[in-house]
Amino acid sequence: MKHLDEYRDAETARRLAASIHREADTDRRYRLMEFCGGHTHAIFRYGIEDLLPANIEMVHGPGCPVCVLPTGRLDMAIRLAKRDGVILASYGDMLRVPGSKGQSLMKAKADGADIRMVYSTLDALKLAEANPGREVIFFAIGFETTTPPTALAIEAAAKAKLGNFSVFCNHVLTPSAIAAILEAPAVRDLGAVEIDGFLGPAHVSVVIGSQPYEFFAEEYRKPVAISGFEPIDILQSILMLVRQLNEGRAEVENQYIRAVTRDGNLRAKQAVSRIFELRRDFEWRGLGHIPYSALRLKDAYAAFDAERRFDEPYIASEGNKACACPAILRGAKKPTDCRLFGSVCTPETPLGSCMVSSEGACAAYYSYGRMRERTQ
Amino acid sequence: MKIVALTGPETAKVSLGGIVKEISIALIDDPKPGDYVVLHVGYALARIDEAEAERTLALLAAEGSDALAEFSAAGEATEAPP
Ligand code: SF4
Repeated sequence: MKHLDEYRDAETARRLAASIHREADTDRRYRLMEFCGGHTHAIFRYGIEDLLPANIEMVHGPGCPVCVLPTGRLDMAIRLAKRDGVILASYGDMLRVPGSKGQSLMKAKADGADIRMVYSTLDALKLAEANPGREVIFFAIGFETTTPPTALAIEAAAKAKLGNFSVFCNHVLTPSAIAAILEAPAVRDLGAVEIDGFLGPAHVSVVIGSQPYEFFAEEYRKPVAISGFEPIDILQSILMLVRQLNEGRAEVENQYIRAVTRDGNLRAKQAVSRIFELRRDFEWRGLGHIPYSALRLKDAYAAFDAERRFDEPYIASEGNKACACPAILRGAKKPTDCRLFGSVCTPETPLGSCMVSSEGACAAYYSYGRMRERTQ
Repeated sequence: MKIVALTGPETAKVSLGGIVKEISIALIDDPKPGDYVVLHVGYALARIDEAEAERTLALLAAEGSDALAEFSAAGEATEAPP
């Protein structure tokens, strides 16, 4: 398949890996954080770490939307779903995430709550059209990639005067999370790793462009390489970062230039700014409270805001205390550092969010990495 | 994902290796059949820029042959990447 096979070619991978081996300076370490869960998944799936010299370490970042949603917000979704007359529409990967007190959307569904899995916001709109007597709430989660689709759905509902559709908005912002990781004081408290460079997300950057990362490169002197999702993309981006670090540069380079521009997708950004505004504060799993790191609906669209419509309070909850997801999401711990990993906590019986989504570090380790570590 | 047909002002059919689905093209400018797009949760987020893709592939074609030859010549079977 065009635009796919080229970036999975084994021979190209060998040549890139040879360049990385030759150019990586054996006297130093390269700690590179892939922010995005899609990259984490691909790195494990294709065994990228096996191709790298030992002094290049991939640190898995918090860019897994399912993983960073705090338990308290999930609890809210469960309570909303249990209300009379409500249909909660959710992306599939949220259903098995553990909330507090052993709850999950899946369990709520088994107990009779009407929870429907949707693939796209368009499906959620269709549910509202087909069920005029019910309240359809779309459980919106995700970074800048899923926000424009939510914005368009709200706009479409407003235009069609669809009075029974609303959105429980949990959209969060990538640059805020990167800043939180780089902010030295906060990081010192939480215990985190030193990071030398970033692999910038693919799809998020398609929307926001490469420009927002320029601040991190300049202000924190960390090189960034925006990378596509295929194994060749990732290897080429790692090589770009090695070269930048060797040369003492800290710039934003764009490996995924076939889809990412400096300004991103203007249509998408405009749709988002028509509907959403910044939230003053949002709690992230693993990163804590980050000011202006999430979005909420503007007043003009208050009628479509499930939080205002149903007056459902946020009650903070720590989730399972033995779960190391918070530290893993900051790159401070590896899944294998968690004593529940692989024994009590598996993708079939997840105890934390990082084990649920295929983009979560624990799930990726479990599916692809565990055997490797055992045989080493 | 390749756009195979436009089905409405904001919808299109795309194909990925024979699997065809309907997606929203409301977020991209001037979509046409034959365009490759980046797809996420049912929405095309961008069109793949063919010229930039070719430039990337040209860079990749030139990358690392000498390094790989060096590793093979040195016979560093244990050191060389697999
Ligand atoms: S293995 Fe399970 S319990 Fe441990 S950190 Fe990962 S998700 Fe949490």
